[in-house]
Amino acid sequence: MIKALKSVSNILKNINTAAIKTHSIQIQIILFLLLISVVIISLMLGRMDIHPFTVIKILFSEILPIEKIWSSRIESVVIDVRFPRVMAALLIGAGLSVSGASFQGIFRNPLVSPDILGVASGAGFGAAIAILFFDNIVTIQIFSFAFGLLAVGLTYSISRVYSAVPVLMLVLSGIIVGALFSAMTSLTKYVADPMDKMPAIVFWLLGSLNNITNKNLLFVSPFFIVCMGTIYLIRWRINILSMGDEDAKTLGVNIERLKGIIIICATIITAASVSLSGIIGWVGLVIPHLGRLLVGSDNKILIPVTMLVGSSYLIIVDIIARTAIASEIPIGIITAIFGAPIFAYLLRKNQIGR
Amino acid sequence: MAAYINIENISFKYLQKQQINIFEDISFNVNKSEIFYLLGPNGTGKSTMLKCLSGILHIQKGHITLEGKNINSFKHADLAKKIAYVPQSHTSVFPFLVREIVVMGRSPHISSFSSPKKADIDAAEEAMNTVGVSHIADRPCSNTSGGEWQLVLIARALAQNPEIMLLDEPTSHLDLGNQIKILNVIHNLAAKGLTIITATHFPDHAFIKSNKVAILKDRHLLDIGVSEQVISEQNMKKAYGVDVKIIHIENGIDRKLCVPVLTNSISA
Repeated sequence: MIKALKSVSNILKNINTAAIKTHSIQIQIILFLLLISVVIISLMLGRMDIHPFTVIKILFSEILPIEKIWSSRIESVVIDVRFPRVMAALLIGAGLSVSGASFQGIFRNPLVSPDILGVASGAGFGAAIAILFFDNIVTIQIFSFAFGLLAVGLTYSISRVYSAVPVLMLVLSGIIVGALFSAMTSLTKYVADPMDKMPAIVFWLLGSLNNITNKNLLFVSPFFIVCMGTIYLIRWRINILSMGDEDAKTLGVNIERLKGIIIICATIITAASVSLSGIIGWVGLVIPHLGRLLVGSDNKILIPVTMLVGSSYLIIVDIIARTAIASEIPIGIITAIFGAPIFAYLLRKNQIGR
Repeated sequence: MAAYINIENISFKYLQKQQINIFEDISFNVNKSEIFYLLGPNGTGKSTMLKCLSGILHIQKGHITLEGKNINSFKHADLAKKIAYVPQSHTSVFPFLVREIVVMGRSPHISSFSSPKKADIDAAEEAMNTVGVSHIADRPCSNTSGGEWQLVLIARALAQNPEIMLLDEPTSHLDLGNQIKILNVIHNLAAKGLTIITATHFPDHAFIKSNKVAILKDRHLLDIGVSEQVISEQNMKKAYGVDVKIIHIENGIDRKLCVPVLTNSISA
């Protein structure tokens, strides 16, 4: 991985910045093709390996009249087991990355991740109490989503002074709310039955795409699509917000409204992600930087590139999570194990913090 | 007939509980296409006043009108089409390319859910040409010098296609060559019909052409008028607390200069 990154950055160093602009369309096409191949590979691999042509035929047979020459068991593995999982990885990877990129822009800080306002801690707590009291997958998802939104609402209201929301207040309030919900999650774990409920909470928080079905995917994907679509449409304005409030104001931007829209969209995306898969860290922090390495800082191009890179990345991580060893490795562990060194590499290479 | 920009009895303080205003009861007019210099010692509120004029901050008393219309009644984008603001140098967190920074000036002309189109990119090119930064258009803004960055910010303001440009100490911490470069750009813009209001620490700059000058001191205007009258030995002593001599340079320069008289304790 590191080797591949190194060669990419070496290639980019040799092209001047103007050429990157004209290459940005090509980069997007390459990333799109990469995404499609990763999706197909992910549908092929697992406890039972399936031939790629069979995978493609099965996918098309859902919409086209193709003669079924495969067993219904294989079809069920592809459509009912693997497909929702791959689609969830795609949406969550793209969603967390795009939330991270837009938060880094509006908070004017390249080290910010989507959890900065406490959404992940809130959603984690919601899931933990739902596991403790109900232990039903739909309830867990609803609680997790609701508490994620609640946490950010709390952060926002704490930081609001004189009808304005200063960035520093917002970040500090996010730390307060995050700490509070983390403590309450620990309390929930502490009082939970150590034989049964506690491991369920711990595993859920470590992150997994195991519980996703086509049904709950169908329910959650509109949230992802609407919110990612909104951020996609206003992506260029994130550039202006990243110049600071005063500049943005004199450039004619209604900063409070624009920030509000971005925070709401990113929060819904992150809360929906946590409710589907548990807490998957590092993606929202690292992927935007990988995107900047490829196409520069302009959010007009960076946002779509970030979505493409993020979705491919999480699908690849999920392939590793479920095929590396006999049992499944929680995906949050792998994103952290990969994310930390990649980020360290990018920090040293690009001097992000400068 | 109202003045082009009319500032009437304005007062400002940052927090309601503050006893003393930053400035109070200030009134003056600015005419179209003039260069208006705002002088005054550090901390008297020159920047604050520019921020009030640009709509970043809101005055508590009085009103500011532009062609008879209160600036508070403008929508964000409409005000940005009239008034552009060039901040005191700060850097960008992300290494945007210079052209990406300049095209941000098109923001008031672009709807919220859209990105710059060909026309906006052309307008940004034109602004970069006018200011003379086209040659660094593809450089990351983190690799620009202080003088270049100030010019980039002026180009960004120009891309807004404004009628008025407010500049907050555009020549501070620049070397002599860059100071003159910026002054040339400012004078060219005024010649094209832009109204310029600039805060500065250099009284000499106001002498370059016969400009309007106001001196802000202790919450009030010490004096206002044409540079030849306002920048006097008495006013400089009152404003900055130092003795100066105003001298006239011949030799084809034909301009006044403001020279500090050093006391014995310093020169010795």
